[in-house]
Amino acid sequence: MAIALKRWNRQALGAALLVAPLAIFVAVTFVAPLAAMLVRSVYQPAVAEALPETLAALAEWDGDSLPDEETFRIAGAEFVALDERRALGSVATRVNRLQSGMRSTLLGTARSLAAETPAASWREAMIAADADWGAIESWLAIRRAGEVITPRYYLNALDLDRGGAGEIVVQPEDRRIYVSLLLRTLLISIAITGICLLLAYPLAWLLAHARPRRAGLLLLLVLVPFWTSLLVRTTSWIVLLQNQGVINDLLVTLGIVAEQQRLALIYNMTGTIVAMVHVLLPFMILPLYSIMRTIPERHMQAAASLGASHWQALRRVYWPQSLPGVAAGSLLVFILSIGYYITPALVGGRTGQLISSMIAYHMEQSLNWGLAAALGGILLLLVGTLFFIYDRLVGIDRMRLGG
Amino acid sequence: MPARKPHSVLQSRRWLGLGLWLLGAAAAGQTLTLVSYGGSYGRAVEQAWVEPFMAETGIEVRMEDYNGGLAQIRAQVETGNVFWDVVDLTTPDAVRACDEGLLEFVMLADLPAAADGTPASEDFLPDSRSECSGGGLVSATIVAFNHQQFPDTPPSRLEDFFDLERFPGRRGMRRVPIANLEFALLADGVPIDAVYATLDTDAGVARAFAKLDTIKDEIVFWEAGAQPPQMLADEEVVMTTAYNGRIFNAQVLENQPFTIIWDGQLQETSGPGIVLGTPRLEIARRFIEFMSRPESLAAISKYISYSPTRHSANAMVDSHRETGIAMSPHMPSAPANMKRALISDWLWWADNGDEMNERFAVWLSR
Repeated sequence: MAIALKRWNRQALGAALLVAPLAIFVAVTFVAPLAAMLVRSVYQPAVAEALPETLAALAEWDGDSLPDEETFRIAGAEFVALDERRALGSVATRVNRLQSGMRSTLLGTARSLAAETPAASWREAMIAADADWGAIESWLAIRRAGEVITPRYYLNALDLDRGGAGEIVVQPEDRRIYVSLLLRTLLISIAITGICLLLAYPLAWLLAHARPRRAGLLLLLVLVPFWTSLLVRTTSWIVLLQNQGVINDLLVTLGIVAEQQRLALIYNMTGTIVAMVHVLLPFMILPLYSIMRTIPERHMQAAASLGASHWQALRRVYWPQSLPGVAAGSLLVFILSIGYYITPALVGGRTGQLISSMIAYHMEQSLNWGLAAALGGILLLLVGTLFFIYDRLVGIDRMRLGG
Repeated sequence: MPARKPHSVLQSRRWLGLGLWLLGAAAAGQTLTLVSYGGSYGRAVEQAWVEPFMAETGIEVRMEDYNGGLAQIRAQVETGNVFWDVVDLTTPDAVRACDEGLLEFVMLADLPAAADGTPASEDFLPDSRSECSGGGLVSATIVAFNHQQFPDTPPSRLEDFFDLERFPGRRGMRRVPIANLEFALLADGVPIDAVYATLDTDAGVARAFAKLDTIKDEIVFWEAGAQPPQMLADEEVVMTTAYNGRIFNAQVLENQPFTIIWDGQLQETSGPGIVLGTPRLEIARRFIEFMSRPESLAAISKYISYSPTRHSANAMVDSHRETGIAMSPHMPSAPANMKRALISDWLWWADNGDEMNERFAVWLSR
């Protein structure tokens, strides 16, 4: 008994050691960045750490009329001190996101206060330096920028904002974008999944039931593009589909389309869908193929011998058995397409962009990483929910990627 | 294809550069990484600044390309792992990076004086740099067209870019609000000196977007500066906004049938900054000092039509190295090109850039 236990322990230790590199790899490259991103979407301590005294003074302010002289003095002195340490700029950009123009208001006022410390009223001196200090909105913006734990980014990511009294309001019409973009991303992903399934199902059937030599050749035709660089495949679509591209040239030469009315096939939604279907098709074909190979052909013959038509046999015998492959392929293609970036960025033009383009924009251009993280968080939640529903409806253990 | 040739030369040079870099790194451990925009402008930077700097100081310089934006700089500074030393930045980007504490300050007093002794503080054009930028260049965003596509009456004014009736066909436009909002207002009849005051009001912004709406369905968007000449050459568009230097190079080096409409040009400045916390601060400062000299800034104009941001350097602008043509008439600052020219207000953009980008993104998605 004791020996058996010892052996079991040793085996468990060995197994743990073998799995350890993978576990560490996943923790470092996947779990940790994901956690850091989710933290960033609600936790923004930069302004609170920079302006502790101003925010303490503003916490007692009623928000209906201008702050008192004392608050002006504390804030002004803190701005000057921060600017000397070169830390006011990053505070200014953060406040500026809530109220355009506050960047130069903060920096300009700090500089004029540093040049000449107010002899009497700080309030008058600051309003003289920049009239924005006479507006309640400026102070509200500073107070809101100072929240350490904030739902702001999630609200913004859902086209919401908070009004003066903290109530949740919908953004004005010309600033609403994320919800419609999210819906568009969902719709395009569903469309891509559907098209992929329609194209892949017959092809996978051919692959699974053709004679070995022909099946090998067909499989090669599926795999060669799969192994080709993503960028090469996407740019070849540009060559094919652009205004002066191969397809338009052909249509014009054949007289189907007039020279002046070349079709807009790329840099729009069409371009995104065509290129993404092509890129993601193998992810549908391969799971389908591996499931279909395990479906005995005799089942179809048996159905036929029992009097089923081809269509009935396909619908009632073959399709149910191929469902795990359909589910696996669809889930894979859908999850991949919902977060896809590079292909829509290259061929999507104005109307074919997905939510990923806004995440990239906030990461790279506006440096609003909190908002980018919130958008990513919402996407993650969405995929997680779908996965949960899928598990409830189909059962994750029924999904098979290989026979 | 003539367009490809210089590229392969550049690449082989880059490999050579990498080899030299490895050798140099082993020997001295001091290699400067300079990041710029690549393409024909990157080649100009290499020939006008990098090669003479390496010859004078013996310091190896490795060049990298990027498309603008501050994300990589911020990631390097935040993680304390700085491997870019000097980065070429547009002035609005430099101002923002300087505010965020991503760049070292560059003091005007540390920059070299002009040959006649005028200190740098008086020699630089006013408002041409951020507090973190070295000497820089003036470039213009202009409208360019392929004159083979307009054999009878070519477009000649900024208004023609928005005139689909007289000049039908697709338009190229950079996928950012900067320059496009200004162009829309100018073409809608707003005088030069009232453009930013108009943009300061909600009604003014709405007016700019309404003007853009009139050509929205015909716009093809570009992102990298090398794209517009390619789009014109492929006849993908009949007119496009572009950087004047890229069009100039396509004209003189590739004999492309392009014409620049200088009317309504928008002038912007750019200049390199030093990434905060670089372990190679000393050689980075030497590079900034070198390229800020009037003769270095003027040397760029031997390769591309961007003018220096220093008065004394403007006087030294000479002729194009490869073709020998006089460069002055091709510069954004040439009097003939300045009849209606708008200077980009980077302070306005630093304050309103985020909001305008958001509204532009909304406009794009509709």
